Amino acid sequence: MKININSKLMTQDSKPGLPSSPSGSPLDSRQSVKIKTDRLSLHYGSFQALKDISFDIPKCAITAIIGPSGCGKSTLLRVFNRMNDLIPGVRVEGKVTLDDLSIYEKTVDVVSLRKRVGMVFQKPNPFPMSIFDNIAIGPKSYGIKDKQELNNIVRWSLTQVALWNDLKDNLKKSSLDLSPEQQQRLCIARTLAGEPEVILFDESCSALDPEATMKIEELMVDLAKKYTIIIVTHNMEQALRVSDMAAFMMIEEDKAGRLVEYEKTNIMFSNPKDKRTEDYITGRFG
Amino acid sequence: MKKFKEKLSGRIFFIFALSSISVLALITVFIIVKGAPIIAKVGFFNFVFGMKWSPSQGEFGIFPMIIGSVSVTLGAAALGVPIGICCSIFLAEFAPAKMREFFRPAIQLLAGIPSVVYGFWGLLFIVPFIRNFFGGPGLSILAGAIILAIMTLPTIISISEVSLLALPRQYKEGALALGLNHWQTIWSVLLPAAKSGIVAAVILGIGRAVGETMAVIMVLGNAVAVPLSILDPVRTLTTNIGIEMGYASGEHQQALFATGIVLFVIIMLLNSFAQYITRKR
Repeated sequence: MKININSKLMTQDSKPGLPSSPSGSPLDSRQSVKIKTDRLSLHYGSFQALKDISFDIPKCAITAIIGPSGCGKSTLLRVFNRMNDLIPGVRVEGKVTLDDLSIYEKTVDVVSLRKRVGMVFQKPNPFPMSIFDNIAIGPKSYGIKDKQELNNIVRWSLTQVALWNDLKDNLKKSSLDLSPEQQQRLCIARTLAGEPEVILFDESCSALDPEATMKIEELMVDLAKKYTIIIVTHNMEQALRVSDMAAFMMIEEDKAGRLVEYEKTNIMFSNPKDKRTEDYITGRFG
Repeated sequence: MKKFKEKLSGRIFFIFALSSISVLALITVFIIVKGAPIIAKVGFFNFVFGMKWSPSQGEFGIFPMIIGSVSVTLGAAALGVPIGICCSIFLAEFAPAKMREFFRPAIQLLAGIPSVVYGFWGLLFIVPFIRNFFGGPGLSILAGAIILAIMTLPTIISISEVSLLALPRQYKEGALALGLNHWQTIWSVLLPAAKSGIVAAVILGIGRAVGETMAVIMVLGNAVAVPLSILDPVRTLTTNIGIEMGYASGEHQQALFATGIVLFVIIMLLNSFAQYITRKR
């Protein structure tokens, strides 16, 4: 894969280039940390999928997790909303904190954690019901019964993802009749309706065509003004176009995924510190 | 030569397939030929809505038996459907793998018990139980409904469970990722998504209950009268045929075949409704 350095410079124009802090974390002192992992390891039964991952994810920015297939990107992403809990035999070591909450403590309510950390999946997965119900289902289950309030939430959420004008007269239509891009937007709107603080995107554009991908990327950048966004992507150009921070992961001989390099995206792509990162982003493997 | 062989084997399978269909056609024609004349003679309205069944005096009204079939079936549905659906939810969503491996064949076994054994068991346990605790003769709608509810469980449970398990994993993940708890996920996402399969399961279960004869013949009491409470004895369409076929002749026999026509139509309607719903997705 060939990286176009010019396009990178253009996209990075809007973000002021800031020097790394000397403390070892690539974040500036001005950026506040939303999620912090400290020596995070994850095992599926006897298999270790993630090893010793420590990094800080900044608030209201886009952090991209990149790396070759099978390196544990999605597993790492699913650590943040504890979706890995669904897999029997999963064990997490180390510490993951969301603001001040250590999310793997026994006392943590997973359901309310998932309200704070929303997720958009690889394949658009609207529920087989009306557009309105797809969005209202979250708020309803959190206890909102007032019809007017639900209407407002649906309207607000669809407006955020630029679907309101297209769909406002068809809210009763089945979500399955929408185009894949609209379905993915609907899924993002559904997540926004729960008023999350963090949104995880798990290769959420990989099922879409290039034009739809661009539109979803624009939406992500827009959402990053208010939400902390973490994306997993195997698309280098996408990481370069949208993300502020990039985390490069790889597996070693023991098959456990490690964090090789974590840097501001523009720095990583123009001047990678690690040879493996350089090989990967310049397309020599992966 | 090879081609001829293939053609021949295709033909042979076709003949076997045809034979099963032709049996259906034969039975249908036979019932209609035997039963239709008496309906024509008595009049459709008098036959279906007639209150008096007394073959020796030439009175052929099957309305009490239609009421009997409907009441016993509704009773069975009221008991069996909630239990069956809850059981399928448990198996699809809550049961650990090991328990599922035990439950599934056990439920299939329930379908393998001969219906006469159900009837016998009902006569010895359920009928006395009802007589002692609720009063009445014990032989009643309630007894039949309980037996039929148990007999419909395997159908309802296995088809509902399959339709729940067939849902894409993304529905469940999506719902949990939104911060719905497990029960909310089941209730507001999984059940609506599996609705058509579950409705089909219920209808097929009810179809089985309408057609069942041997098990209910022993516990219903078989009185030809419109029941006033669930503790009253009734006669269903099926048991009417089962009881009287042995000695009926002439018009009486024709009337029993005509009862069969009514039953046939009801079950056909139920099954095609179930098919329609599953196809509609």
